[in-house]
Amino acid sequence: MTNMLNIAPSPHAHGKDSTRKLMLDVVIALIPAFIISVFYFGIGAVIVTATSVISCLLFEYLIQKFVLKKPVSVTDGSALVTGILLAFNLPSNIPILIIVIGSFVSIAIAKMTFGGLGNNPFNPALVGRVFMLISFPVQMTTWPVPKGLGTGYLDAVTGATPLAIVKEGLANGESLSELMSQLPSPVQMFLGNMAGSMGEVSAAALLIGFTYLLIRKVITWQIPVAVAGTIAVFTGILWLANPAKNADPMFHLLAGGVLLGAIFMATDYVTSPMVPKSMFIYGAGIGIITVVIRVYGAYPEGVSFAILIMNAFVPLMNAYIKPKRFGEEVKNG
Amino acid sequence: MSPTILITIISLSLLAFLSAVILYFVAQKFKVYEDPRIDEVQALLPAANCGGCGFAGCRNFAEAIVKSDSFEGLNCPVGGATVMGEIASVLGRTAPVYDPTVAVLKCNGSPDYRPRTSVYNGAAECRIVHSLYAGETDCSYGCIGYGDCERACTFDALHINPVTLLPEISDEKCTSCGACVKACPRNLIELRKKAKKDRKIYVACSNCDKGGPARRACKVACIGCGKCQKVCAFNAITIENNLAYIDATKCTFCRKCVEECPTNAIIEVNFPPRKPKAEAEAEAVKAQ
Amino acid sequence: MLKTFPTGGVHPPENKLTAGIPIEYIPVPGKVVIPLSQHIGSPANPVVAKGDFVKTGQLIAEGKGFVSANIHSSVSGKVSKIDTAADTSGLKQTAVFIDVAGDEWIDTIDRSPDIVRDIKLSPEEIIKKCFESGIVGMGGATFPSHIKLNVPSGKKCDVLIINGVECEPYLTSDHRLMLEKGEEILIGITILMKALKVEKAMIGIENNKPDAIARMTSLASTFRGITVHPLKVKYPQGAEKQLIKALINREVPSGRLPIDVGAIVHNAGTAFAVYEAVQKNKPLIERVVTVTGKSLSKPGNYMVRIGTPLSGVLEAVGGIPGDTGKIINGGPMMGKAVSNTDAPVVKGMSGIILIPASEAPRKKINPCIRCARCVSVCPIHLEPYLLMTLAEKGMFERAEKERITDCIECGSCSFTCPAGRPLLDYIRLGKSTMIRMARQKVLK
Repeated sequence: MTNMLNIAPSPHAHGKDSTRKLMLDVVIALIPAFIISVFYFGIGAVIVTATSVISCLLFEYLIQKFVLKKPVSVTDGSALVTGILLAFNLPSNIPILIIVIGSFVSIAIAKMTFGGLGNNPFNPALVGRVFMLISFPVQMTTWPVPKGLGTGYLDAVTGATPLAIVKEGLANGESLSELMSQLPSPVQMFLGNMAGSMGEVSAAALLIGFTYLLIRKVITWQIPVAVAGTIAVFTGILWLANPAKNADPMFHLLAGGVLLGAIFMATDYVTSPMVPKSMFIYGAGIGIITVVIRVYGAYPEGVSFAILIMNAFVPLMNAYIKPKRFGEEVKNG
Repeated sequence: MSPTILITIISLSLLAFLSAVILYFVAQKFKVYEDPRIDEVQALLPAANCGGCGFAGCRNFAEAIVKSDSFEGLNCPVGGATVMGEIASVLGRTAPVYDPTVAVLKCNGSPDYRPRTSVYNGAAECRIVHSLYAGETDCSYGCIGYGDCERACTFDALHINPVTLLPEISDEKCTSCGACVKACPRNLIELRKKAKKDRKIYVACSNCDKGGPARRACKVACIGCGKCQKVCAFNAITIENNLAYIDATKCTFCRKCVEECPTNAIIEVNFPPRKPKAEAEAEAVKAQ
Repeated sequence: MLKTFPTGGVHPPENKLTAGIPIEYIPVPGKVVIPLSQHIGSPANPVVAKGDFVKTGQLIAEGKGFVSANIHSSVSGKVSKIDTAADTSGLKQTAVFIDVAGDEWIDTIDRSPDIVRDIKLSPEEIIKKCFESGIVGMGGATFPSHIKLNVPSGKKCDVLIINGVECEPYLTSDHRLMLEKGEEILIGITILMKALKVEKAMIGIENNKPDAIARMTSLASTFRGITVHPLKVKYPQGAEKQLIKALINREVPSGRLPIDVGAIVHNAGTAFAVYEAVQKNKPLIERVVTVTGKSLSKPGNYMVRIGTPLSGVLEAVGGIPGDTGKIINGGPMMGKAVSNTDAPVVKGMSGIILIPASEAPRKKINPCIRCARCVSVCPIHLEPYLLMTLAEKGMFERAEKERITDCIECGSCSFTCPAGRPLLDYIRLGKSTMIRMARQKVLK
């Protein structure tokens, strides 16, 4: 026999999953949302997504190679996913420089300072997005209206998102039924024909992506169902209590970033809990905080903040909520 | 000044003053009396918190020294004789005397001498390889080379040589703290007394197999033949389990055992090169 | 709905290449090396010396202490020396070296092919016979079987569970034994039931062996109290605790044994060895070993005499393929990689797998992405990612609180990890350190 024998501890077999395959599956699940965003927002969608992805990959490469002087791991796909998700949280008319700044915050500050992949407590794309929202509030809250491929990039026509329409309208004393006429129909909202960030508008595309992720066993159902379910329940309670002042649950689920957040952002492996019991608590917390911000808070949309706040609780949940061990029942005898 | 600002300044100042008073009284009430000498001794210690003294940190060691009557069993190997002397004078006791020691690796099985016979590709830690099998060579006692000792050293004194795959210990930086000794799963590292100029002589082998298998696994293995023991005039060498061991307290560093060993298992470090045998004989003839 | 254990488990590719190949006898080798410790517990003491002539089946070493087993010669010939020999991992232990001459058996062994159904021995005699014949767990654990037939006072056994699961990929020795020696196994089970004084025995067989299930079910109908249960194919269904949970829905508490829930588990191969010992007076001197691998010319299930060198077995099946990168003693999930091919076949060696070099090396290690797959596949519901970090950093007390010693070392976590992290390597390190620390505390 010519080769020396390989020795390693057991097991000597390995499953087929790899980090890169999982990340690529997430990218594939996001393709429907990308196609729809180009369909509705035109060239801007392409520019924003490309800029975000390229800057995220570039920053990770530069930091790993020249600052940390460690082996470069950009090909594992995690920066690619962060880049796409960051882009999907932005309006399609946002200037390139702002995107680059946001990518820098996402990768360099929210991910690399904590030790790179696997060590960050907060969702990097959301940290970048919130940073951009607070630093560039005007650019981050003017949303292009979908005009198909005719929508320009920086010169796109802008309008208010459904959530903003409702929030400002209620604050001005208008009744919900009056506002309803200004809002897109539920079918339009389901397909994505409304103002909003590139990735969040189309519930249909996101649900296709969700199905793909479930089939490929990339994510489990607990977190998205907990988030969406909690939002539906609480907005349902509020709507039943006072239909004139509170929108119905279907509106809340379709408007804003609930589905994007529940399916893609809250289920991020690194920042979500490890045990199914905790996943329900995590998802419920996100749902409750989102509803509170939307109904009582200053911002029309609260999913990003809700997820970041619950990210902070995840280490606590991982430390104290443990799965029931095999054979744990009998304490004595 | 507007009333708001005035009220703010006064109320915050009052709050600060109140907190300070409360804190003062609480600090007094819960104050723990500590022998002030503990602080003095701690200030003299190297503050490496390496655990080489056997205590959990320099502070605990300082407490132990102040509380005990003698220096029995208390030594800071990092600070060495200098620091122990300073501590002794602070406490008004006589300074203890310790022999200088250094860590040595009792294995010389580089790939040239000890061929590799398998490829290990599990987690790269010596303790894991050791618990799994004999290792990448046929010697189940020898150095595994994945650096558990290097990682344990907090003084940068130990590095695995990429060619010989054995750790090399720096005489200047080694403080004999013993971390590498504990880290090695095969107990290959020993803290040995060293002679002047950092000279050492020791059996660089830990193989307890009989001569045949030992030699087949490694060219410089100790085969337990006993020739070193016979030639040692100071009874410093013992053979147990097919392995020779030199007692550093009895060794006079005469180097006879090094010449005698048929497999070159005994090594001498930091000695001047010997004269070649022919030259030495010629000089002896000339002297007559 | 097939029974199974509720949470955890993985599905490695089955690769049961040798499932259809009948058992074949490998010729007796020219020399054998019989180690004195082929079981859990203290090594046996030799009762022969250099120069003695021994016959096949003769006692050559006596079990010493409470947990130990007898060792018998598997050949006839002259004892050439009693010296150290290296096992498959290169670690040395004492062994009896015998130069083989002929194949003369001791005359008390019944070598006829007749199947003996009538059990003449009393329960106490059965237990004594198992000890005398050197019977140990044949599934690979090698725990001395007679100890598992002595129910400790205060505990009660109400069911005997027979492990015919063979959940490891590649291995088929139990499968073939059940197909070809099914009746003998059932008699062995009846013997065990008599020794344990239980009325009920349940045989668990994974559903990927339909022929064995059918055969054992039809044979079991002629025996009293024995039922056959097909189980869902999921690794590690053959692990003792998982098997008990699947068959009788009881969880063995942490740190305890199956007898604490009223069950005793024996491997199907052990039942066969018990039959041979009690009904045929034949001690444990040979076993079925699955020799397999994708590049082997003659993979199969071979009856090998204990002490045959591995190299001899591999020669007899066509030699080691040139592209071999790894040889595994046991199954791919829990077996040990072989570094010494001169090591002898021992009582616990259920299989030898030859892996081609292209499949041999491990995956590259990447950082943990906290995907929680390891948590979801662990059959004991531990958190391997956490246990690995704790063991790596030396935080052993915290690891103990996280129940690291409950780990059954099945390997599901390392198998699944997408980042290729060596989870089980570190968990094992943590476990052994914990056990060592606990023992030192007890000694203090």
